[in-house]
Amino acid sequence: MTVLELRSVSKVYGRGAAEVQALRDVSLTVKAREMVAVMGPSGSGKSSLLTIAGTLEEPTSGAVLVNGEDTLRMSGGGKSRLRRRAIGYVFQDFNLLPGLTAAENVSLPLELDGTSMRKAHLAALEALDGLGLGDRAGHFPDQMSGGERQRVAIARAVVGERSLLLADEPSGALDSANGEAVMRLIHTYCKRGVAAVVVTHDAQLASWADRVVFLRDGRLVDQTVLPAGPETLLGQPS
Amino acid sequence: MSVRHALLALLSEGPKYGLQLREEFEANTGQVWPLNVGQVYTTLQRLERDGLVTALADTEELEPGPQKAYRITEAGAGELAHWLRVPPDLSTPPRDDLVMKVLIAVRVPGTDMSEVIQAHRRYLIQLMQEWTRLKDDDNGNDVAFALVVDSELFRLDSVVRWLDAAEARLRRAIADGWNPGLPPAIRPASNGLPTRHPMGIRR
Repeated sequence: MTVLELRSVSKVYGRGAAEVQALRDVSLTVKAREMVAVMGPSGSGKSSLLTIAGTLEEPTSGAVLVNGEDTLRMSGGGKSRLRRRAIGYVFQDFNLLPGLTAAENVSLPLELDGTSMRKAHLAALEALDGLGLGDRAGHFPDQMSGGERQRVAIARAVVGERSLLLADEPSGALDSANGEAVMRLIHTYCKRGVAAVVVTHDAQLASWADRVVFLRDGRLVDQTVLPAGPETLLGQPS
Repeated sequence: MSVRHALLALLSEGPKYGLQLREEFEANTGQVWPLNVGQVYTTLQRLERDGLVTALADTEELEPGPQKAYRITEAGAGELAHWLRVPPDLSTPPRDDLVMKVLIAVRVPGTDMSEVIQAHRRYLIQLMQEWTRLKDDDNGNDVAFALVVDSELFRLDSVVRWLDAAEARLRRAIADGWNPGLPPAIRPASNGLPTRHPMGIRR
């Protein structure tokens, strides 16, 4: 099932001499259970692609469909609802609310969407438990390590059965072991049914994705094609 | 790769049979380097010739069997300790096919360097995806295997990073009007003499 579809999306910022074409005719389809990494040099349009996919910004032309719904035809309220229910965001700097505990950070989007506080809290505890952070539920962000904070942020992004996870350099602030743990986690959620788009400039992290697409000057210029199985690497004569 | 020293390392734990050495070698290299039993015995014979291992007499601690068993000698232990601490020779840059291709592509008129570089980048990342899949399937249970996979991932990653840097450098140079067909300009130093290359390489 297709979760995200960008159809010929272009984005222009500014006008006249200050005009910047951030995205040019980008088409991208991401299915449930699929993890797509977006790679490209800085200024290639990676972050614009992510904010437009997440309906935080509108494209100058083209269409953005989430779960088959054309987001450009939605009202402001409809879009907010879609963002609360279907889309989760993960940022490089975690973006946890410092005055809330790990469990409160995770349950917040559910409560904002009308779930009762008790139900939201239980869902948050379950999500944190699943990440091995059950004993951190009552901790505030500044009492946790960077890796733990990012895992809480991922729990917040996927809680409530959201179908689309968008991550912008999710392990940019972490060491390699924690970075790998974060990518492994996103990959695990994808296997359970989530569709994910992860922007990164790090090839090792991108290699967790099922498909890597390459952006250059706002255009999608290439993508990887994985062979059916991993057997090609092993069993080669030494 | 030094099979010789890997066998010495396995024998440093105690006397072993040839077949056992082969199995342990493969397990300890994450099954990535298959080794045939002939290689094991040839290597053991050479180690014995050099006085680094000795064949066990049937009366010694291992059950006598159809195969020969070996033990490490004091000289063997010394050789192993020395080898572990000597860095492999990384001082001379290897003649790298990919670097050569990029250097040559620059000289071919009408070549889209970004496209050439992207073809290599895609291939490398596909290989990295395959290694990462193997790592994911294993779930970190086999530490030796994870070490081997990490080493491959870091190696391939460094090549991808070189490609990124090469592409950025070429873009800047071309934007600055660089013409690959012209010999590099020799910049005069403040004293009017041509500057020497910092690495002492002749241009």
